[in-house]
Amino acid sequence: MDIPYTVELRPDTGLTNGKIGIWLFLASEVMLFGALFASYILIRTGAPTWPRGDSILNVPLATFNTIVLITSSVTMVMAWASLMRNRFGTFRLYMGTTILLGFVFLVVKYFEYSHKFHDGLFPRSSNFLAIYFTLTGLHMLHVAGGMAVNAYFLGPGSKLWHTNPRWFTNRVEHSGLFWHFVDLVWIFLFPTLYLL
Amino acid sequence: MTTDHAAGITADHAADIDKHVKVYITVFAALMVLTIVTVAISRLHLSTPIAVSVALLVAIVKGSLVACYFMHLISERRLILAVLVLTAVFFAALLALPALTHQNGFWIHHA
Repeated sequence: MDIPYTVELRPDTGLTNGKIGIWLFLASEVMLFGALFASYILIRTGAPTWPRGDSILNVPLATFNTIVLITSSVTMVMAWASLMRNRFGTFRLYMGTTILLGFVFLVVKYFEYSHKFHDGLFPRSSNFLAIYFTLTGLHMLHVAGGMAVNAYFLGPGSKLWHTNPRWFTNRVEHSGLFWHFVDLVWIFLFPTLYLL
Repeated sequence: MTTDHAAGITADHAADIDKHVKVYITVFAALMVLTIVTVAISRLHLSTPIAVSVALLVAIVKGSLVACYFMHLISERRLILAVLVLTAVFFAALLALPALTHQNGFWIHHA
């Protein structure tokens, strides 16, 4: 049985099912990260002292990673725009760059984590490090998840372009919405953890 | 008006996408500038309440740019906006919970 309303709009919502589905999922993600942000506020405001993030964490590396992730959001939206212009080759280029930038983000994060572990700084070391590793760890899982979905659309999933290009374009748009959300979360994590 | 063979995209539509691409590049530049602003402000070592307020304000502007333009919320259907307004209400309540647990807060009254 075919999945309904993948390309044509559902009359009652005015949307494809995929579009409303990804937004409902993102709404649940807002609550997931919101719970952790609320925990951060509770732990920080309840602590007698709280370290400035830049006294423990590497701000230049995190600034570099912020630039990497924002750039990947642009390449992601350009990948979708390429499909809208019917340029499949350009789509592959932008999508490949998006995945590569996600990989760069994770590599930088690996070096950051390794450096902390080498210095004997673990989640158990302090409340600051506990919330830092929890929030950035969950965020990294999201980056990895987004990369996996994007890699599918760059690889085997791209076969759909040749049979149903509009559906494929919609799927890439939905994957992009998730990727932009991951970028958006980092935009708040960066000042909260590293700069304040 | 010509119709594209594969995606059913019209020439007018393609021109629209070209405009979108220009907006994406402008937003990208704005996000880069605001990232530098965020880091520069943190170097000023402002008092914590002011530093938090300014950092959050810049982050909200950056986040809004991503949501409005990269995620196309600026031209999205009302149903999705309604879902997000509802989410924002619950999100705000979630963030307000720690404040309510403070001494002599709304819910907890210490002697």
